[in-house]
Amino acid sequence: MDPNFKLFDTCDLDTQGLIAALNATTDAFYVSGAGLGLRIETAGCGGLTRKEPPERETTAGKRKASDEEEEEEEERLNKKMFRNQYDTDVTTWSPTGRLFQVEYAMEAVKQGSAAIGLRSRSHVVLACVNKAQSELSSHQKKIFKVDDHIGVAIAGLTADGRVLSRYMRSEAINHSFTYESPLPVGRLVVHLADKAQVCTQRSWKRPYGVGLLVGGLDESGAHLYYNCPSGNYFEYQAFAIGSRSQAAKTYLERRFESFADSSREDLIKDAILAVRETLQGETLKSSLCTVSVLGVGEPFHFLDQETIQNVIDTFEKVADEEEGEGEAEPAAPAEEGGDGTGDQDVAPMET
Amino acid sequence: MTKQHANWSPYDNNGGTCVAIAGSDYCVIAADTRMSTGYSILTRDYSKIHKLADKAVLSSSGFQADVKALQKVLKSRHLVYQHQHNKQMSCPAMAQLLSNTLYFKRFFPYYAFNVLSGLDEQGKGCVFTYDAVGSYEKVGYSAQGSGSTLIMPFLDNQLKSPSPLLLPAQDAITPLSEPEAVDLVKTVFASATERDIYTGDKLEIMILKADGIRTEVMDLRKD
Repeated sequence: MDPNFKLFDTCDLDTQGLIAALNATTDAFYVSGAGLGLRIETAGCGGLTRKEPPERETTAGKRKASDEEEEEEEERLNKKMFRNQYDTDVTTWSPTGRLFQVEYAMEAVKQGSAAIGLRSRSHVVLACVNKAQSELSSHQKKIFKVDDHIGVAIAGLTADGRVLSRYMRSEAINHSFTYESPLPVGRLVVHLADKAQVCTQRSWKRPYGVGLLVGGLDESGAHLYYNCPSGNYFEYQAFAIGSRSQAAKTYLERRFESFADSSREDLIKDAILAVRETLQGETLKSSLCTVSVLGVGEPFHFLDQETIQNVIDTFEKVADEEEGEGEAEPAAPAEEGGDGTGDQDVAPMET
Repeated sequence: MTKQHANWSPYDNNGGTCVAIAGSDYCVIAADTRMSTGYSILTRDYSKIHKLADKAVLSSSGFQADVKALQKVLKSRHLVYQHQHNKQMSCPAMAQLLSNTLYFKRFFPYYAFNVLSGLDEQGKGCVFTYDAVGSYEKVGYSAQGSGSTLIMPFLDNQLKSPSPLLLPAQDAITPLSEPEAVDLVKTVFASATERDIYTGDKLEIMILKADGIRTEVMDLRKD
């Protein structure tokens, strides 16, 4: 590499693989992290040179699971998003009809730790992985009560999530005040989506960098919605967002048809099992996840650690008894961040 | 040429009386259930007592439409408080909130005569009495509404707090036991019903203690 190079783009904040160290006086640079690649254009005296990133060490090699669906996820993660001329402003269209800033905002959601939601006819369960910045700090709050009948789980920039939760709470309170009845979830998600859309069409704003799993109960039953930074929202029987959510989604895809008629206890168990899928071999402990429930006759509340641990014990014991399955291996107690190298590069503002 | 005055008033008085007494570990809140307008009765079964938080109960007489609006505002503000602080509002906190809410409409007041009561942070009974624009005071007992002029002197006689001029400062809490306080309230309402036309029908009594709220209903004269 030309020692007099001038770096064209310092950081691609949209890709997870960032240049961890760049030494201007030497040739050396390396890319760390899972998944996404980087193409660096450097210019120096003598012209433009292009350097492809060296063979990347992905976490695929480290994973024990050889599930083909997870390899597909690898492919999806490996899809490269390169910087281009059309991605500086949210108000700039690309020639192919894309708004890159909005897509980059959706990438931010993938950086956050996993959040999972599932629903039956009468209940909605929201669960998330507790990720702490360091051993010294407490973990980020990712599930919020919006009203007795609505809860929200977030993934991505928690600050944005907190602000949106406050907005949702005030919407719910105002609706209650005016109409003396609880805000229907469907209305709330539309408000949220419209609010998100505004940020995709103002040059002085940026899209919210948070995905929201909104679970709630109204006259037509239990609902689960996903609101993304683009301003779109979809209704789901079950969904997972955040990092390694594909593993949870795979699990949920196998089981979702039974959710509608599931009992409350089965739904909770499925949620915790889905959380376990995202942990990729790390031992599942009640301290690692937060679970919340709401349903008919049951206002939104969090499950306490003991209850969660009891549920974990029921299936961990079963898994222990099944030899040769090779699925759950609660061997050595896992440490935070010991399973994915990519997590260590996550910016402090993100969950 | 005298000034023309409006023959329409935004206010009405729906009558009724509210009383509250603070005890050492309990609080008694009582109100009659008659709602009237002018010389007519609108209903004999209207509750003027409203629970705002676990440890704070509001009882208001006056213009019930304004009372209802006030209750709604306080309920919403309490929800916001709970979201922000992860706990219920204490009675003294609610007292300040009510005062601020009332003063907010200083120039078009809520026509509501309020008595807020409950248990304070130490578990002792507390009663706060208000005027229409938010001036309030922590007292040991209070009566508001159409029968207040008949009731208050009698409560003074029975429960008079030691003079605030005495030192060391003494509590306004009554030494009466809970059953005695409830009895006193029943007596006092029965008497007020005799002479105040706007008070009567039924008496609703709420007793607030650390372990929960109990409600009693007693019949009053219906004339």
